[in-house]
Amino acid sequence: MVDARGLSCPLPVVMVQKEVTKNNPAELEVMVDARVCVENVTRFGKSQGYSVTVEEIDGEYKLLLRK
Amino acid sequence: MNLLIIIAGVTVGIAAVVLTMLGNPANMGFCIACFLRDIAGACRLHQAAVVQYVRPEIVGIVLGSTVMSLFSREFKARAGSSPAVRFVLGACVMIGALVFLGCPLRMVIRMGGGDLNAFVGFVGFAVGILIGIFFLRRGFSLKRSYNAATAEGFALPGFMVLLFIVFLIAPALFAMSSAGPGSKHAPVVIAFVIALAVGALAQKSRLCMVGGMRDVVMFRDFTLLSGFIAVFITVLAGNILLGSFRGFSTYLQPIAHGAQLWNLLGMTAVGWGSVLLGGCPLRQLILAGEGNGDSAVTVFGMIAGAAVAHNFKLAGGAAALKDGVYSVGGIGLNGQIALTVIFGILLLVSVMNLPKEK
Repeated sequence: MVDARGLSCPLPVVMVQKEVTKNNPAELEVMVDARVCVENVTRFGKSQGYSVTVEEIDGEYKLLLRK
Repeated sequence: MNLLIIIAGVTVGIAAVVLTMLGNPANMGFCIACFLRDIAGACRLHQAAVVQYVRPEIVGIVLGSTVMSLFSREFKARAGSSPAVRFVLGACVMIGALVFLGCPLRMVIRMGGGDLNAFVGFVGFAVGILIGIFFLRRGFSLKRSYNAATAEGFALPGFMVLLFIVFLIAPALFAMSSAGPGSKHAPVVIAFVIALAVGALAQKSRLCMVGGMRDVVMFRDFTLLSGFIAVFITVLAGNILLGSFRGFSTYLQPIAHGAQLWNLLGMTAVGWGSVLLGGCPLRQLILAGEGNGDSAVTVFGMIAGAAVAHNFKLAGGAAALKDGVYSVGGIGLNGQIALTVIFGILLLVSVMNLPKEK
């Protein structure tokens, strides 16, 4: 799981990129708390061949990246 | 998706050309650094008589972002991500921009106006972004922010509303340029309304002059860069259509100098500092407008930086033709020393915010 809550862009994407490059997970959960980060992580996930689902929980967002 | 950012870029470009047509200084339809510097001057934080005016564009951009983010329920008060360091970085970015004579947005506008000096600045800007990316890839972070009280989120929008109301009611309270760039401005209401639209669109589209190149290099993501390119093409086309384009040249460009080393290094500091901050000066205004207290502190840092730049004679002087003698302009020894110190500060901040070795 990548917890990028409170971090401003591009840091959440950098963290996801690191995880994808290092472990190439089939599934990755990412937590962020700004909609701009949801958009950026989604765009990056899709460019890496992941499908992305987003769930909003109390103003925070749980993204599930799946290959 | 990309369409929105292109629309935002085109709108900013058109707004810049129109505002110049309506009275703003040449190649300065929009300049976040210059306009914050003018506000600093109007509030008598510096005494440079030619750059003092309460620019409604800054107020409009911040409030446009606030309105749009409230409307889309994105407004969120947050703060706590290294605020003091952000203040210092804001000041450093501002001084770098005033050495070059423009923020990244004005750099693009100057490029679209045929100012080749700005292309040199652009090279420096790119170098600065690459240095910033070097540290981002090694884990640089100003650490996380936290949810804050609503008042924190309204700090900068509130300041802007107050500033604008006082300006409208009692303009005599402020210092106002009677000559020079500060004396040239579009009508207040038109500038404010145009900036409101720009702020709203920039908030919605995430337009950022530094993010474009950063995202291409780091993630092969061209989204933000398309906004940057749209501004450039629109301004270039607008200038050609209006007959104000006179080809590309370094010679006697409006409010610009030809000291190329300092054009390059000034924008290197801006690019580097902006990557560390997570966005260009325009983006900082937008983020502050949507409740980000850290960006509000950064904007206050930029205003302080502008005051320092003029009080200590660090800012660039424009090229001029006087009595048939052409002076290339540039910066003095103070500015050169300050920029060197700024690079030291940027390096320190970059290194000290890397992850601790385990």
